[in-house]
Amino acid sequence: MARTNETERTLAAAADEPVQEATHMAPPGVAARQKMINEPEAMAADQLYGTAPPANRLGQETAGFVEGTSLWRDAWRRLKKNKLAVMGGIVVIFVILASLVGPIILQLITGYTYASIPGERALVRAMPPSWQHPMGTDPQGRDILARVLVGGRISLMVALVATAVSLVIGVSYGAISGYFGGKIDNYMMRFVDLIYAVPYMIIVIVLLALFEKSLFLLFAALGAVSWLTMARIVRGQVLSLKNQEFIEAARSIGVPTWKIIFRHLVPNTLGPVIVYATLTVPSVILQEAFLSFLGLGVQAPLSSWGTLASEGADNIAIYPWMIIFPGVTMALTLFSLNFVGDGLRDALDPHMRKV
Amino acid sequence: MSRNGNILEVRDLKTYFYTEDGTVKAVDGISFDLKRGETLGIVGESGSGKSVTNLSIIRLIPDPPGRIVSGEIIFDGQDVMALPTEEVRKIRGKRISMIFQDPMTSLNPFMRISKQLMELTRLHLGYNKSQAYEHAIKMLETVGIPDARSRVDGYPHEFSGGMRQRVMIAMALSCEPELLIADEPTTALDVTIQAQILELIKKLKQETGTSVILITHDLGVVAGMTDHIIVMYAGKVFEQAPTNELFQCPGNPYTKGLLRSVPDPTSEQGALYQIPGLPPDVAHLPPGCPFAPRCERAEEICTREFPPFVQLTSEHFSLCHFAEEVYAKSCKERDERPASASAGAVAASENILDI
Repeated sequence: MARTNETERTLAAAADEPVQEATHMAPPGVAARQKMINEPEAMAADQLYGTAPPANRLGQETAGFVEGTSLWRDAWRRLKKNKLAVMGGIVVIFVILASLVGPIILQLITGYTYASIPGERALVRAMPPSWQHPMGTDPQGRDILARVLVGGRISLMVALVATAVSLVIGVSYGAISGYFGGKIDNYMMRFVDLIYAVPYMIIVIVLLALFEKSLFLLFAALGAVSWLTMARIVRGQVLSLKNQEFIEAARSIGVPTWKIIFRHLVPNTLGPVIVYATLTVPSVILQEAFLSFLGLGVQAPLSSWGTLASEGADNIAIYPWMIIFPGVTMALTLFSLNFVGDGLRDALDPHMRKV
Repeated sequence: MSRNGNILEVRDLKTYFYTEDGTVKAVDGISFDLKRGETLGIVGESGSGKSVTNLSIIRLIPDPPGRIVSGEIIFDGQDVMALPTEEVRKIRGKRISMIFQDPMTSLNPFMRISKQLMELTRLHLGYNKSQAYEHAIKMLETVGIPDARSRVDGYPHEFSGGMRQRVMIAMALSCEPELLIADEPTTALDVTIQAQILELIKKLKQETGTSVILITHDLGVVAGMTDHIIVMYAGKVFEQAPTNELFQCPGNPYTKGLLRSVPDPTSEQGALYQIPGLPPDVAHLPPGCPFAPRCERAEEICTREFPPFVQLTSEHFSLCHFAEEVYAKSCKERDERPASASAGAVAASENILDI
């Protein structure tokens, strides 16, 4: 069904265009045609065709015809058809909301925070899931649900920072490198290669070992490497775009270089950029979890999915719920993010899917 | 106003491309003048240097590999070659603007038409947003886009080929340039739209008094549009003459060949004439006349010595060892032709325009 709709639309669109041009040819006789071309009022016929909603277009498209059906709208429609992506999107939104407001609500209802150790039990042991603690507690008696929700905040922040860095630095770096080409491109890209060549984990571990283990440093370390691939992707796009005629046309009308790069080239690369950014998010979340798992990331009592998994792994035989719940949450989130990313790729670049 | 009413003077322009296969002399020592308000046609096969000539005029040759090796480009008394880049940028689009060959690729697919049109006037004329927007609508109306106000916010893909070329023309004329360079403006369009676009350029030229350089490989296009014609081959000017003179008394075997290659709709029989062989490889030109291997009139001297640029009449020049002989012969042929057929190729090609 989906395919049929698309085909119909394409056909309809194709059928419209000749109609408009054909009006110029409609009147018989050279003189009449000449008149049409020369006299603006003769354009009235065209106006009719331009404004009247074409009959063979799908009904709901008529409004868009005049307003401008942007590529985004097309992409959005395709995305909506992708069930996995939609479900992924719902899960992601749920996770975001839960981590943002979840801890507050939880504290209001039950009084637990991620760090609260119940005082009344001097000698506690981890408690299995119960109505009071839906995900159980850890050996200190801390509520796992609260810790998972707070961990979600960390993951989201990491994702946000890394994506922002890769969007700002990566996109500009790649666009500049690609547009100027030649020596500049060569040096800029060799620098990227250089950073690539150093194993990223070593950089991060060294950074985190040298300086005080702070959340900021964790973000900086992840941000420092997250823009590299983005720079390459954008550069590749710009290389193929910069020789297209519309860029030459922009140069021929005297548009300044920075405007050509950021207003003409970068928007044209947005498709791949968005897709890659969406796929960066799960990988960065995973990396943060990995670092935290190694004890290099978030420090107790603050929790992240990585530290929770690490603690859970230590106790996997005795308190399995300590790893099951954080693990499932993380896996679900990462799956969903990947589905959204894939869905976006299909939506923004439909040719890819058909190949 | 510059001396002797010339808006543009090109003197001994040489633009070379330095490639791995050697130096490509894309434009090799061409000179011409363009008077204010006149139209110059540049005709030649693919790769003869037409487009490079015009990109050189606004200094848009990609460097590297290309470079303007020598020559003067005097636009309105100013040597464009001597101007700093920033000054040239101010000329581009404002005083000299270009229309490109393929309207399908000359518009940025990610920008609304309005934005692309507004860019020019905001950049060069300092218009504010609403002024520029109104101006964009006005320009679209000028070039005959029906219902301009509602279509101005559309995206390029919502416009047909002819419409897009109109948009390109609107863009090119937004700042009322003194010189309009149309680089094969109709090549990518079908015949009826071609005629409309040419008529439009002609009409707007008359209204605004813009000088036009019309690049084409279609002799039919230049016949009805231009005052003077330059025939280019292998980066050189082969013949230069007023339009009528060139069509009636070509003084160069190459021009004669080109004119004979125009299909004559009045004679239905016989194979179409074609100039034998292929255009030469401009990276490795023989020492003599570059056209010699394909020339009907060639003699031994042609492969040995570079031909002289012979002045035939006050405004008619031809690059050929036998220019005078060819000229005399074609003038004689013209006189001998019966009156009805005398306009021959010209009439036939002009007919194409009158559709």
